[in-house]
Amino acid sequence: MEHSVSFSVNICEMDPDYENLGEDEPDEEPIFQDLRESAASTQRSPETLQMDIFRECTDSQSDGTPDTEQSDGTPDTEQPDGTPDTEQPDGTPDTEQPDGTPDTEQPDGTPDTEQRSSLQRHCWSAATQKVLSSMPSRTVGKSSTAVTSQHSSQLHQNQASPHGSAHSFRPVRDGLSKVDVKEISTEENKKERLVSSIRGLSLGEGIRKLRAMPLSLTDKMEIRRLAFSGIAGNTLLSRNIQCYSHLRAYILRMWRQCLFSCHIILSFLQLWHLPMKRLSGRFGTGVLSYFLFLQTLLHFNFLLLIITGLFVVFPQAINPPPLYDSHLNNLTGLELLMGTGYLSQSLMFYGYYTNTITKTCSTGESPVCKADRSQIVPYSMPAAYFLTIVIAFFITCIILVYSMSRSFGRSLQVLKSKGNLAVQVFCSWDFKVSKKSSVRLHCENISNRLKELLSETISGEDKKSCKQRLCRLIVRLLAWAACLASIFSGAIAVHHMSEAFIKRRSFSDTELLLLSAVVSGFNLLLPGFFNLCAWLEKRDSPNVRICVSIFRNLLLKVSIVGVLCYRWLWRIAGEPGHHGLKCWESFVGQELYRLLLIDFIFTVLYTFIGEFLWRLFSKRMLKRNRKPVFDIARNVLELIYGQTLTWLGLLFAPLLPAVQIIKLFVLFYMKKSSVMLNCQASRKPWRASQMSTLFIFILCFPSFLVAAVSVIYTFWKITPSSGCGPFRNLTTVFQSSKLLRQELEISHPALSWLTWLYSSLVENPLILFSTTGVFLMVIYFHNQV
Amino acid sequence: MGTTASKLGKDLLSEYQSNPFRERICHVFSTSEDKDGSLTFEDFLDLLSAFSDSATLEIKSHYAFRIFDFDDDGTLDRGDLEKLVNCLTGETDDTRLTPEEMRQLISNILEESDIDKDGTVNLSEFQHVISRSPDFVSSFKIVL
Repeated sequence: MEHSVSFSVNICEMDPDYENLGEDEPDEEPIFQDLRESAASTQRSPETLQMDIFRECTDSQSDGTPDTEQSDGTPDTEQPDGTPDTEQPDGTPDTEQPDGTPDTEQPDGTPDTEQRSSLQRHCWSAATQKVLSSMPSRTVGKSSTAVTSQHSSQLHQNQASPHGSAHSFRPVRDGLSKVDVKEISTEENKKERLVSSIRGLSLGEGIRKLRAMPLSLTDKMEIRRLAFSGIAGNTLLSRNIQCYSHLRAYILRMWRQCLFSCHIILSFLQLWHLPMKRLSGRFGTGVLSYFLFLQTLLHFNFLLLIITGLFVVFPQAINPPPLYDSHLNNLTGLELLMGTGYLSQSLMFYGYYTNTITKTCSTGESPVCKADRSQIVPYSMPAAYFLTIVIAFFITCIILVYSMSRSFGRSLQVLKSKGNLAVQVFCSWDFKVSKKSSVRLHCENISNRLKELLSETISGEDKKSCKQRLCRLIVRLLAWAACLASIFSGAIAVHHMSEAFIKRRSFSDTELLLLSAVVSGFNLLLPGFFNLCAWLEKRDSPNVRICVSIFRNLLLKVSIVGVLCYRWLWRIAGEPGHHGLKCWESFVGQELYRLLLIDFIFTVLYTFIGEFLWRLFSKRMLKRNRKPVFDIARNVLELIYGQTLTWLGLLFAPLLPAVQIIKLFVLFYMKKSSVMLNCQASRKPWRASQMSTLFIFILCFPSFLVAAVSVIYTFWKITPSSGCGPFRNLTTVFQSSKLLRQELEISHPALSWLTWLYSSLVENPLILFSTTGVFLMVIYFHNQV
Repeated sequence: MGTTASKLGKDLLSEYQSNPFRERICHVFSTSEDKDGSLTFEDFLDLLSAFSDSATLEIKSHYAFRIFDFDDDGTLDRGDLEKLVNCLTGETDDTRLTPEEMRQLISNILEESDIDKDGTVNLSEFQHVISRSPDFVSSFKIVL
């Protein structure tokens, strides 16, 4: 008994809320909402404490007699609302009484469990039982879900009385007509209570709450009808509310009609719906996450293309500058690959854009134009270029941080690798898998995983000898050393090659192609080497293995991008005249374009050789039945690398997102057919939501951050080239905004407030920091609330 | 598949799905009086709504609990858990667990999830286990 006393004291200290709930009505919604939330947050501690005490409790009893009366009578002590009748179906959800139905279906009539449960009930005092009755395991079940589920079951019972147990938690007792009458009246009360709980809220809140209730559609429609028909009252206030809700409904309806008519755009947003469904049906959520990520990147690039296309490319396309090199009019194949020649003087690259301020007339007639200056609408190309890039990056940043916050909110446990059997059994079935062979494979995977976990728990931890552990440590250190050495040597090789070409001052086609090919080659081959090292290391936990592999790949990509940025922004941009380059920005843009294309070519080759031929080889030569597994982590990191290059190149080649869109489009179909033909689902579990969070995080932090920092550095410190581009003859790019301001002040004095706004907002760093702070707080509240 | 007045019978549905839980799903969402697991249009809507993207974790865990509760008594006891594991591991002999493994697995599950030690897993304990897995919401989804 001492145990139970100490138990109650501890719980009282930790959770003061729970004490008071013993006396309250169990059906009061707001308290239970809080309770549920506090239970969710303090879930660990009270329950682990409970489990320890329970074990002590059962151990202390040597034997006990099964007391069926006691088991019947348990509802008494566990019902804080004091309804003593055991045959009342309401107020006491079945969650408390697994053995409280002695006369009807009791599937589990083993005397062991009854004995154990009655033993437990014997050993606690009334105070303990009262505290227990308000613990999360009993009261959370009593809060909205179980209450509403109970209500739903009773609503169904009364709609079709000889209904049986299809919907009710409690089996219907035939022949208890008195109880039926009581049931109907209490059922009405329950419905009233549900309706009243919703009625107090606003329309949106109420609908949201109704949606979260696990009731059937007919019940929900009825409750909604009852709850919201009472809104229309006679008072002025309620009439105003009614007007507002009518207006809102009208706007929503108009919006939906608009959406239906713009189905072309919508069908683009839902692009690849059918292929993805087929993929998920066959391979499950893991492989699907790669293709979803690809679709997300496609949307990003589409957005970038629209922004730059509207504000930068289109105005320049209307007013083409005079071409200064007329013999580069034909487009050859090699030039398409290299980005030189005809393309270097096209809209594709920075050098094409002028620094003029085109003045177009709003009336369209030239004599009137020249006379009236206020009719002239100046379009300053430099300012447009500058502001478009800044705004594009800003919007991308907002979208990335928002999606990152959303996915962080969903998956909080990132590196939990300990296999939890109950979680595996309850949560591992993927309902999206529909093909018969895939279902069979899924069953096989689950069975293997369960057997592995069971053998681990049965045999316990592997007792490794000191020698084995030392051996393993040495192997791991060697593997890490090999990987780091390979990354370092790759980066050094690229750096030396770049320096050699710069020193020679020759930028011939073959050398440039060679550089791009070497970079892409390293990106392609080194991950295979990392996989080999990981196979040698033989780590136990699959999660740690995946994270180590992702980290190595990420390190490789970051170091290569770092070396390339150094080459472009420091060496080439630092002394452009030194290298004999008229237009270094176009040169850098061409390098990025080339890198993207050659990366794509290498990916196609790898897909063909690495996946298709390897499958044929392993089937014919090695006689293996298993197809290779689709390496999700590696493919996603390749996508992220490509996207980093696109963001870096947006400043130097405004049409680069178009190239990336075409590349992603072709990549989707290629990878899809490759996966369908050559690969099969992995045996290892893939924690999809955690991995998606990790990928968005990697997309935001190393990838976008590198691009944003290099663009800011370019705008701030680097002198634009004087011979080409929209920022020629300026010391820094920021000056273009000053030019726009001056021009606006001259031509449209009425818009001077805009320039004042611009100078006080954008050029004041304090405002930027405070808006960032507000933005982060908004995300935090959106996540928590 | 039919008009809103028609009913989807169980035999018709089994052609469309090889999901091992298809019968339980039909049974849980069916409101027919014949208890044959047939679905009206509204039942079908309920099914899709529970399995959709916008259903909350509560709704999904509630329906998952009912699907796994093979004997419809409101708790998951040993028999339910055994049938659940058999559904998960499949029909063939080499994927099924041995009786010894099954016993061990079920005791482990009950040890981990049964908080009040009554030998069964009730709805709130089930929801507590589910809340530890972030993948549940994405795997408890059917896409049309």
